[in-house]
Formats: sequence, structure tokens, C-alpha cells
Amino acid sequence: MIQLTVNGSIKEYDGDPAMPVLWYLRDLLELTGAKFGCGMGLCGACTVHVEGKAMRSCVTNMSDVAGKRITTIEGLSPKGDHPLQKAWRAVNVPQCGYCQSGQIMQAASLLAEKPKPTDRDIDEAMQGNICRCGTYQRIRQAVKMAAGVKA
Amino acid sequence: MRNLSKDPAGGENGRGGEGMTSNSITVVSRRGFLGGVFTTGALILGSRFLPVDAMAATGDATWQPSVYLGLEPDGRVIIIAHRSEMGTGIRTALPMIVAEELEADWTRVKIEQAIGDAKYGSQDTDGSESIRDFYDPMREAGATARMMLESAAASKWSVPVTECRAKNHEVVHAKTDRKLGFGELVALAAKQPVPKKEHLKFKSPAEYRYVGKNVPIADLDDILAGHAVFGMDARMPGMVYASIEHPPVFGGKLKSFDDAEARKVRGVSKTLTIPPFKPPYAFQPLGGVAVIADNTWAAMQGRRKLKIDWDLGPNASLDSVAYKKTLQETARKACKVARNDGDVEAAFKQGTKVHEAEYYVPHLAHASMEPPVAVAEFKNGKVEAWAPTQNPQGVQDTVAKALGIKPADVTCHVTLLGGGFGRKSKPDYVAEAAILSKQLGKPVKVVWTREDDIRFDFYHAVAAMYIKAATDEKGRPTAWLQRSVFPPIGSQDDVSAKYGTFELDMGWNDVPYEIANFRSECGPADTRIRIGWMRSVANIPHAFAVQSFTDELAAAAGRDRVEYLLDILGKPRKIDLRAPADRKGPDPYMLDTARLRRVIEIAAEQSGWAKKKPGNGRALGIAVHRSFLTYVATVVEVEVDNGKLRIPRVDMVLDTGKVIHPDRVRAQLEGAAVFGTSIALLGEITTANGRVQQSNFNNYSVARLNEAPVETHVHIVPSTAPPAGVGEPGVPPMSPAICNAIFAATGKRIRELPIKKQLA
Repeated sequence: MIQLTVNGSIKEYDGDPAMPVLWYLRDLLELTGAKFGCGMGLCGACTVHVEGKAMRSCVTNMSDVAGKRITTIEGLSPKGDHPLQKAWRAVNVPQCGYCQSGQIMQAASLLAEKPKPTDRDIDEAMQGNICRCGTYQRIRQAVKMAAGVKA
Repeated sequence: MRNLSKDPAGGENGRGGEGMTSNSITVVSRRGFLGGVFTTGALILGSRFLPVDAMAATGDATWQPSVYLGLEPDGRVIIIAHRSEMGTGIRTALPMIVAEELEADWTRVKIEQAIGDAKYGSQDTDGSESIRDFYDPMREAGATARMMLESAAASKWSVPVTECRAKNHEVVHAKTDRKLGFGELVALAAKQPVPKKEHLKFKSPAEYRYVGKNVPIADLDDILAGHAVFGMDARMPGMVYASIEHPPVFGGKLKSFDDAEARKVRGVSKTLTIPPFKPPYAFQPLGGVAVIADNTWAAMQGRRKLKIDWDLGPNASLDSVAYKKTLQETARKACKVARNDGDVEAAFKQGTKVHEAEYYVPHLAHASMEPPVAVAEFKNGKVEAWAPTQNPQGVQDTVAKALGIKPADVTCHVTLLGGGFGRKSKPDYVAEAAILSKQLGKPVKVVWTREDDIRFDFYHAVAAMYIKAATDEKGRPTAWLQRSVFPPIGSQDDVSAKYGTFELDMGWNDVPYEIANFRSECGPADTRIRIGWMRSVANIPHAFAVQSFTDELAAAAGRDRVEYLLDILGKPRKIDLRAPADRKGPDPYMLDTARLRRVIEIAAEQSGWAKKKPGNGRALGIAVHRSFLTYVATVVEVEVDNGKLRIPRVDMVLDTGKVIHPDRVRAQLEGAAVFGTSIALLGEITTANGRVQQSNFNNYSVARLNEAPVETHVHIVPSTAPPAGVGEPGVPPMSPAICNAIFAATGKRIRELPIKKQLA
């Protein structure tokens, strides 16, 4: 039996400990904000926070998160008003939207670590998150807006 | 609609009640908003408006002046989004047009997503056509309802209708300062005569409140909170999950398989087979072995344990190196003539100089972030499906054919699409879910892995091209011969198809230069893997070849590229590209070289073309291309340092006629810059032993944030011309503009994509 916390509530899981967290969240908890994109940690669509840090849930096993605290996009801010969500709204970042929860979770982890990121910090932190619609320029703009750094 | 039963029950994240999901895709079921009272046959399909007596006879609470529009007595306006949302903003933009002409208050508009139904007209969301084809029907729907509301108010107040004006969800009688809300007028409005199309009065653009303004997209808040429902997120009660092993080679068939180990995986219940397609391949499933489980991961794990013996079929020898060579050799010889002006051969003999070049663009994969996925239930001879599809009527047809039922017995609900780019026009994955559900007797969710998506795509067609030109003393082309050789999309429906058809209208036969002697040709190619259209289709290779070759001619003449382009476009003129037989009446979309010139001039000005001279590995490149009736000029600035390419800036100018939603137009062009960068730098599908060699983002790379253009500046040319396409036309000029900039910066000419390591 694995115990963990998801968006503040305690959960118990007694399935295969090798199941990636992504499928536990999506299929068992029906929390579908984290998306399936590649299954290999290559695209970032599945990004959630484990103990506040961005992790690829498609390659993180349930056994790795025993006793840990997981936050998904649904739990990032109860009212959807995290500074990044506000900036994303102001800049109208999403096109199709599929990768955006992963992008926001990745950016939230960046800002928690580096509240005033440079362009290079943004490049390094965000290059693991693919957006096929090509919203990168607005992602950069929104991250800077949320951080209060010059665009 | 978190849970997809007709009687929704809230899921874990508490998004069950319809009232909470005003911005989510909501269901228009056959039993729901439009169709409860009428059958499809009761509609006048041509005008898509309901006949008056049918409307009056409804007695229904909701008034439905159009298949796209309903008004409720509480004042709520329901607008049907019948095209698919894959990131273009169409689910917002088309309803904006209706709301505008209706004089509705946008905050009281509820957008509902249509199921697949021919009564809406074409729902196949591709070809950058949604605004172009439905701008007028949407305006007409809104204006019709507004005029009927005004006429209802006039009859209630016994005043002339000319004194009544709809304004922000009310009808106002200014003389007496009386007002009636739209909701209060619904019952009476339904009894008013429907104004004839020719009597419709439209708002003047000066009065617009939404059109031309940047309304946030309908799904913005849901996307940001993680509540938006994509195909990947669709569920049906009691559903099981399937992961399918397809034949590794196109056209392969299952011989035998051993599923003993697969069935031992915890969560796996059984395996099922899907029959191979019968040629032509069309949108049929490829066939294979499906592993059924109670969660997605278990299904994928079980699939890895399958032992399968395949009959690989006739394409097992396919090798992209040899295939490429065949296409290139074909392009060097005379091919089938597609357009022929003057006499190129005679002109070649007289030309002062002759130039030749060959270009090549490989097969490409769509790689939308959401892989193909669908949920379907077969029950009592009918199918209900939920899918991220660009083509819900295509789902009806394809599923019906696969199961031997009628298209009308297939209900296709459309979720949001996690990208489409043309892949999701082809509903093979939905048919798979339906086939499996029929065998199992319960709803099935089919989830493709990224590997499935990249190995079993409907690939953007590889193209080998050859161009030859003779030039005069100023380096201007006096004769131009070009050949394009590629496997045709027509192979989907015709096993014998070897030549492109409509692909030749995409930047090949419509080269807009003023050249007396011009011949374009098309060569034959065998189709050995599935081919399909991808965002901007054959314009990708054709713009790459034509715009690169133009740059080569300008370079040979030592002329400035912008000045050269303007010169060879010739005098401003309009070109009717319709076949002679189709030239009846005026064509509002004639190719207008004046508009091409204008986008070039603006691009030069905005990019600082005249001031920025090449140096230190830094330079500008330009390309211009008209596709989907939209004129785009693109200037790319590159920086090449030690074989490494950076794109600090892109300027894109488009003339797309009337613009409904400027911010989404900009977003599409910003995205096209990135999509085009992926094509230029990275994209390449290859085959060996019949198998596609790429499988995931580690070996099929797409541009990431640090590789994409840093700044893309989009300039929209103000225009009152009819609206043209937006989703695709930004893509084609990108790769030639990048390669022309690389030439200016380094002297290295790129004639084959992708650039990858060619700069090292």
C-alpha cells in the first residue's frame, strides 16, 4: 500500500508500484490536467509537482512518490489565479491548450526556485516542454510578466 | 461533461454539473438542443434556416432561428460551434460573428459544440476554410435573428419596425425609451416572418463590438485550470482501455500471435484483433492486435508482451534512401505537363544564362501533442463516439463503413483537439475504438502512444523537385521549367494514383511571376506508406523550391532580393487561376500581384531590410508565398555561429482580407513560424526494411523554446477583401526564408531539408 498526498488530500494506492504517476492521476483519480504526450519524459505535457518540484509524471513510478506530496494543475491554485495563470490569461498564451498545464507547472517550479529568471534561465527550464502550436514566445512573455521582470 | 453519460455524474475534480462548465465543450445531442423536435429532413439545407411554419410549430422553449443559433426565454443565446477547435480559436471566432450581427451580449452567449451532422454543412476543419466558408452563413444567422427580434418588438409596441433597434441583448424603441430583452421576445420572434437573404441588414464595421477585437478564447479558463476536455480526457461509464499493435509495415497483415504473457499483466483482460484495411487505404484502420485492460498503462504493458508473427506484405523492402533516388531521377526527366505558357525549350536556346537546381523535402509527421485517441460505444446497432476529430462527419462515414451500419447511426461528439494539423481529419483511430467496442460489448478508449503516432501517421508527402530557368541580361527569368515528384494524396482513395492533382495548385502551377515561357510538370511516384495532408500541404515543398530558386537567381544576378522579387512579379495584375471551364462570374479570390507586392514591401520595411546588412554570420532572408488565398511575406533573421543556427527575429506580413480575431491571427502566424522552423531544421521521416525509423521526440525532433524564433512580429494588412485562410499560410515561406538567410549569412545554399547538421 502506497500513501501519498494529491492536491492536499491523502490517497492510498495498492496497484502495481511500477505504474507511472501520470496514469494513476488520469485513469484512477480522473485528474486529467496532466497530459500524455510521449511516455518518455521528452515533451513535458505530463508535468506535475512532487514536493513542489516539477517532475515528469509519465516516467515517475508510484513507488517513487510514496509518502510524497503531489500537486497537479488542478491543485496549483484553487481559483485558477496563480500569478502564472493570470499572466497566461493576460497574454492569451494557449492555442490548442494541450501542453499548457505542463508548461504552467514547469514555469511554477522555475519561479519557486528563481523568482527573477533571466532569458537563459527560462530557456533552460522550459526547453523540455514542447508546444507544437508554437506558443513559446508568449510563454516567455507570460513567465516574465508573472515574475515581474522586463520583457 | 466530464463524464460522458447522458446523465452526467461528477468526477473526482467536481466538474460534473453542466452549469459549471459554461466554457467547456457541451454536448449538442440529437435529443438535446437542436433536433429534439425536428428531424434533419425538416430543415432547408440550402439556407440552413428552419422553415417558418416549422419554427412556429415547435412550441419549444428554445427558439431556433438557425441550425447555428438558439435563444432561450431566459435570454441565453446558444451558438453552435460546428467546426473543430484545434488551437486556431475557431470555436470563439465563428460565434463572435453570430453574436456581432445578433447584437448579443457576449457574456450571455453559451457556445455548444456540434455533433457530426451534415445539416451544418462541412465540418471538416481543414484547408484554412472555416472563416472563409462560414463568415457569411454566421452573419446571416445573426442578422436574421436580430431582425426577427426587432420585428417582434415592433409588433408588441405597435410601432414601425424601422424605429426598433437591437442593442446589447435588448430591442430599444428610442422614441418612447422602451426596451425589451431578447429573452422576453423569444416567443413572439419565433412567429415573425423570416427575412429573405437579400433583405438582411448587416451592421456597419464601425458598429462592431466583437469582430476585429480580441475576445479571450472560449476555453481559456478551463485550459489554464486543467479542466478543458480533450479527446485524451473523454470517458464513458464502464469503459475499458485499449492499446493496439499495428503491422510494422504499411499493408502488413497478422499471421498469428501469442498473447499468453500479455494476459498475465495485472489489469489486462483480453486481446482482440482488428482486420487489415482493404485497399485503397482511405481512413481505414491499419489492423492489428489490441490489448484490453482496465487502465491505459496496463494495456500498454500488456502490448509489450505480445509475440506476433506478421506477413509484412509488399512494402517490406521500402527504403527511403532508394525511394528518394527514384524520385530525384524521375524529376530529371520530362514529366506530365501541368501548366504550359509560351515555349520554354525555344527560350532555353536563346537565354543568356541557364540555371538549374534540385530541391528535396522529406516525409514529415504531424506529431500533434495529443496522440490519436478516441472513446466509442457500440450498442443496439448504433455507435456513440467521443473524439478529438477535425472531421466528425468523416467519423460517421468511416465508422459506419467499418461496422456495416448507416452513418446516421453513428453519433460523433467532438472534444477539444490537442493539435490536429490535418492528422485528425482521418478518423482511423475512432473506427478502431468502435470495432473493439462491438466485439467487447462495452465502451472502449483507444489510446495511441507517441510511437504509434509517429510510426503510423498519414505522412506529409516527400517531394523531389527540379527547376531550370533561362535569364536575360538583368538576371530576370525568361523561361522557367519545374518538375515536382511526390506520392499523391489521391492514393488514399485510388490504388492506381501516381500523380498529384490539387497539390499542383499549391504553389506550383500558380507561380505568380511574369514569365513569358513557363512550364510546370508533375512526375509519378508510388505510394508506399500512408500519405495525408499536413498543415499547408504541398505548399511546403513548392514554396521551398520556388522561393529558394528565386533567391539563387537573384544571387547569380548580384541583385537585392526584395528589389528582384518585385521586379519579376511584374506589373500589378490579377490572375484568374480557375480552370477555363470554371470561369463563370467574377472570382473574388483572383491572385492579385499587387497584394503580393504590398506584403513584400511591408516586410522589407518592418524588418529593417535596407539597413541590416549581412555580417558576422548574421543576415536576413525573404520569401513570399500565397496559399489558402492569403498573401504572406516573411523575413527571417538568422545568426550562424560554429554551425549553430539561431533565429533572433521573424517578420511576417499577411494580407488575409477581413480579419475577425486579430489576436488569434497573430497567434496562428507566431505558431506557423515555429512549425516552419521545425520543418526547416529538424523534421524527417525515413524508412528501412519498410519500417518508419522515427518513433518519439528523441529521434523525431520538433522545435523547442530555445530553438524557436525568439521574436516573431506579425503585421496584418488592413483589408476589406473577403476573408481568406489563416491557419496554414504562415508555414510555407518559413523554410525558404530561413535557408535564404543562411545563404546570405554564410554562402551555403541549402537545397534539401531538414538543415540538421548541414551547417556544421
